[in-house]
Amino acid sequence: MRGSVAQSDMMTGAESLLLERLRRRDDTAFEDLLRLHGGSLLRVARRFLISEEDARDAVQDAFVAAFRSIAKFEATARLSTWLQRITINECLMRLRNRRRHPEEDLEKYLPRFKDDGHQAAPATTWSESAETILEKAELCELVRRAIQQLPDTYRVVLLLRDIEEIPNEEVAQMLGITPNAAKIRLHRARQALRTILDPHMRERTA
Amino acid sequence: MNDSPGITCEELIAFLADYLSDELAEPRREAFERHLLRCRACVAYLATYGETIRMSKCVATAQLVSDVPEELVIAVREAIRRA
Repeated sequence: MRGSVAQSDMMTGAESLLLERLRRRDDTAFEDLLRLHGGSLLRVARRFLISEEDARDAVQDAFVAAFRSIAKFEATARLSTWLQRITINECLMRLRNRRRHPEEDLEKYLPRFKDDGHQAAPATTWSESAETILEKAELCELVRRAIQQLPDTYRVVLLLRDIEEIPNEEVAQMLGITPNAAKIRLHRARQALRTILDPHMRERTA
Repeated sequence: MNDSPGITCEELIAFLADYLSDELAEPRREAFERHLLRCRACVAYLATYGETIRMSKCVATAQLVSDVPEELVIAVREAIRRA
């Protein structure tokens, strides 16, 4: 039976049992759910919102939203995936409420061209694989900080597409833009991220 | 993007994402690859753009273990009680 707690192919036995408890409004079930998944959801929220306080608020509100809508959860996907989407939507709502002007901020990170269309500052390769130069953790921290530098509008689309690997059509829907606009934003976000990383990667391979 | 024999670096970079995801139709793809044969800067840009995408994925797996702060557990507990 599709949607039945015990028979979803997507859920483990443990998740199925937890879901039963959640649906029964078992007092400790949501706390167990939070302890099980809260860490990774907090990590996701931090990427989107940067501020620790905002990230915790988003996760808190996500769990309240999950509590309110648990009856609608159809068990055709994992609980963790469902929670992640709720958390991401909470983050997106918070970002929409922030007043920023990201478009002006991004231009400085995009490549510049001469009148004849050639690159104004020709790119050079990062000649060695990044992993052979930096410790993995150091490299990842560099990348994480670089992503944080992106304006919200572009950071969000990069996180949704390249990190969370959500398909373009779905990202467009989540953001209330056309699929083509989502594609363009992602490309600009990647270009900007490349620009931010470039001086660090060149320096280490020179 | 014009379909004449040469495209500029600017035109190539504008359509880079489509090229990488194999969404660029012929003859644009041909024009793209012809440009790459003669422009080292764009070959470098393409390579570093691809590296950027690959490197960005490390943040998905970094900090896999992240405890839930006890204050958050308490806050969620209280928020659910009020809901």
